[in-house]
Amino acid sequence: MTFLAKPKLHHPELHKNSLGFTRRDYEGAISTLCAGCGHDSISAAIVRACFELELPPHRIAKLSGIGCSSKTPTYFLGASHGFNSVHGRMPSVLTGANLANRDLIYLGVSGDGDSASIGLGQFAHAMRRGVNMVYIVENNGVYGLTKGQFSATSDKGAKSKRGVVNSDEAIDLVGLALQLGATFVARSFSGDKAQLVPLIEAALQHEGSAFIDCLSPCVAFNNHEGSTKSFDYVREHNAAVNFLDVIAGREEIVVDYPPGSVETVTQHDGSTLRLRKLHTDYDMHDRVSALTYMQERHAAGEIVTGLLYVDPNPRDLHGHLKTSDTPLNALRDESLVPGASALAKINAGLR
Amino acid sequence: MQPTDLTDPDYFHKVVDCQWACPAHTPVPEYIRMIAAGQYADAFMINWKSNVFPGILGRTCDRPCEPACRRGRVEEEPVAICRLKRVAADYKGDVSDRMPAAPATRNGKKIALVGAGPAALTVARDLAPMGYHLVVYDGDSRAGGMIRSQIPKFRLPEEVIDEEVGYIAAMGPEMRLGQRVESLKGLLDEGYDAVFVGSGAPRGRDLDLPGRREAAANIHIGIDWLSSVSFGHIAKVGRRVIVLGGGNTAMDCCRSSRRLGGEDVKVIVRSGFEEMKASPWEKEDAIGEDIPILNYLVPTAFKHHDGKLYGMTFDSVKAEYDAKGRRRLVPTGEPEQFFECDDVLVAVGQENAFPWIERDIGLTFNESGMPVVDETTFQSTEPRVFFGGDAAFGPKNIIWAVAHGHQAAISIHQFCQGTDVNDRPPPMVTLVSQKMGIHEWSYDNGVSLDLRFKVPHRDKAAALKDIKAEVELGFDDKLAFAEAERCLNCDVQTVFTDKLCIECDACVDICPVDSITFTANGEEAELRTRLTAPAHNLTQALYVSGHLKTGRIMAKDEDVCLHCGLCAERCPTGAWDMTRFLIDVAQAENACCNK
Repeated sequence: MTFLAKPKLHHPELHKNSLGFTRRDYEGAISTLCAGCGHDSISAAIVRACFELELPPHRIAKLSGIGCSSKTPTYFLGASHGFNSVHGRMPSVLTGANLANRDLIYLGVSGDGDSASIGLGQFAHAMRRGVNMVYIVENNGVYGLTKGQFSATSDKGAKSKRGVVNSDEAIDLVGLALQLGATFVARSFSGDKAQLVPLIEAALQHEGSAFIDCLSPCVAFNNHEGSTKSFDYVREHNAAVNFLDVIAGREEIVVDYPPGSVETVTQHDGSTLRLRKLHTDYDMHDRVSALTYMQERHAAGEIVTGLLYVDPNPRDLHGHLKTSDTPLNALRDESLVPGASALAKINAGLR
Repeated sequence: MQPTDLTDPDYFHKVVDCQWACPAHTPVPEYIRMIAAGQYADAFMINWKSNVFPGILGRTCDRPCEPACRRGRVEEEPVAICRLKRVAADYKGDVSDRMPAAPATRNGKKIALVGAGPAALTVARDLAPMGYHLVVYDGDSRAGGMIRSQIPKFRLPEEVIDEEVGYIAAMGPEMRLGQRVESLKGLLDEGYDAVFVGSGAPRGRDLDLPGRREAAANIHIGIDWLSSVSFGHIAKVGRRVIVLGGGNTAMDCCRSSRRLGGEDVKVIVRSGFEEMKASPWEKEDAIGEDIPILNYLVPTAFKHHDGKLYGMTFDSVKAEYDAKGRRRLVPTGEPEQFFECDDVLVAVGQENAFPWIERDIGLTFNESGMPVVDETTFQSTEPRVFFGGDAAFGPKNIIWAVAHGHQAAISIHQFCQGTDVNDRPPPMVTLVSQKMGIHEWSYDNGVSLDLRFKVPHRDKAAALKDIKAEVELGFDDKLAFAEAERCLNCDVQTVFTDKLCIECDACVDICPVDSITFTANGEEAELRTRLTAPAHNLTQALYVSGHLKTGRIMAKDEDVCLHCGLCAERCPTGAWDMTRFLIDVAQAENACCNK
């Protein structure tokens, strides 16, 4: 926790995006989380992703529940809409907001307690309904705010800071998201922004429910020997299946790749993802084989990261419900109250 | 790159840009913090130790520190370092009990100092406490050299000179004022163990143009004229005055003229406005006193009627640059320009003159008539004779004379004690952590946007009436505090311990100026291109750590680091720490300042 405000002074060469904003303009208030918290790195990655995608801050809505992770929306996108909801209820509030105004970009930030314990049902239904949102779980496997009890994503056999061994099976949010129909599923690590930032950018451009499980070490209660969510453990066991290099809209980086090792995905909004495949057999368009692969590698003690599954042409909640293209909150009286002649027509149809 | 060697005293010294740029290496942030804390006497003594003349330099220094100031790289203008120095001098109260006393016993060595200007007085101050018998000669009747003779009183009041020269005179040197040295050979024959020559650059350059001899009564050499004004021999000048030259002497001449009856005073310069040697603030002050500066005009003749000057003619020129970027002034072909005047002041440069040094005593002069002097030891080819100030390498500023004086004093001391003058004493360095508690630091690190504060000036009409009325009034305590708070504390260094780092990225994320990067090692030129923010300022070092757990290194660009300490504040393991770096540049046995 820092008492000092971050100075407004910035690097003289800090550049501006086409909206005239610098990266610093996407920051929020200074973090009050513990020094070194992985969550702060994720906040910084969100700031970078929104700056690089040149998103207008006032078109973004950030929503969260309760917990360390859910405090973070205060620390990024200070000029965006925010809603700090009830514990585990971010998905419902976000779904409602999305139904009322489909034009905003929705970013839900949650933690392993907020999404895998109290809010597990909410998480499941948001995924299966296909709410057009980015759902980031800042996953540290521990209840940090209450001093370090195991959370529902703690691995069986992992040791707490006081030496207690976890005997419960862990909930795998990535597996759940795949089963429940999320159309963009990724896992990443707060300590690897080179991987994380492009994933957040791709997720923001995805027009369906995009889920990112982001491992985020808790330096205060879960960064010790025996933890499976510490910086050292994640770095040692990280098995990335691919690496997202280029996102359209940014300057292309010209790199020579061996043939067959690069895959290009064009998303529904026209954005193009270029993935460097680190594991050539992995097919990120096959939900079933993705699930199988994840189970296999998990059994082998690896933490699979990267873009795990993507459906380039997803259908979202509005598509399922056939809502109007105009956001509900912008419908005017003319369309909401069509008048007596329209009523007569409907009545005639029922006679 | 190799990990940065923090045991090299120069590494962190360079990060303190102001101190590194100061020829006398004054610990600027240290005394600015004391000013902010209201410890004016302490701030004064830190200055006094390094630059000997804080009150004088706080008004007249050429300020090499200010263009170097880091604040100027992250914001528009540097900290007003020079004027803060004056604050310390203005509000210090009585510091006489902090001054070293004249020694009770002599060490048996006798040193002659030629000139009583800033260089020689610095030598005197450094050597006096060690018991040297010092004899100071000067042609003028009062000590101070060019400080007293050439700087107008409206910029530097007499009392300030008296006080600061007085501290040195009180340390016991024998002052033989009004006694000009006419022969170096004669001086050496008197049995001095060493001689220091700090005789300045006393000769003003003349302009040999048609009419110069005939109209001589109204044509004056700038520095001689200023000196006559200073000593009260001249109290009036004509109504219309032309000042030739674009340096600080020209600015002093024109502003003095405005106070001695000159109503229509103009400065006429060969070069363009930007290339003029005068400090920007001096030009600004002259223009503020209704003195136009006319550029690109080369003087061609003094016009007179039977010896009575009535004007000057000039050719218009323009600047042309050749392929090597060298400037040439080329006539524009426009007709000659004429300006009326009653007096002309010629301030087109100064020269050294050593008519009193015999050429057959083993002291070698180079082809341009300057003595051959070692740039480190300031020793001449006659081992007993040392030079400093303008006499050593030509006209520079007071602060350079002080720096020369310190080095020459070290050499003279070592020479007299029979040790090698080339064996220079090392500086003393201390690094102390500033962490006081979890969120407490012993310095004020809240950095904010803050524009430079202006020094209040005396009302113009009142200032122009009295040549002794000081124009700048100095900061009051409130303004001084506000300006002092602009200092970034660049001497509080970011120190990184690679063994403690867990590579959590907290410092990278929090750094307001994107100074920190964790990346693969590489050659410096290549590494500079792939940092969080590109490191284009090659004069500023990269701080590179040893290899971390992931095989990467930490690279920090020192260029625009605000020294705010947020990296240390956000570091969960204490791998970053803020440590105050104090470098005590060696002086002759530090005799002055052991108190």
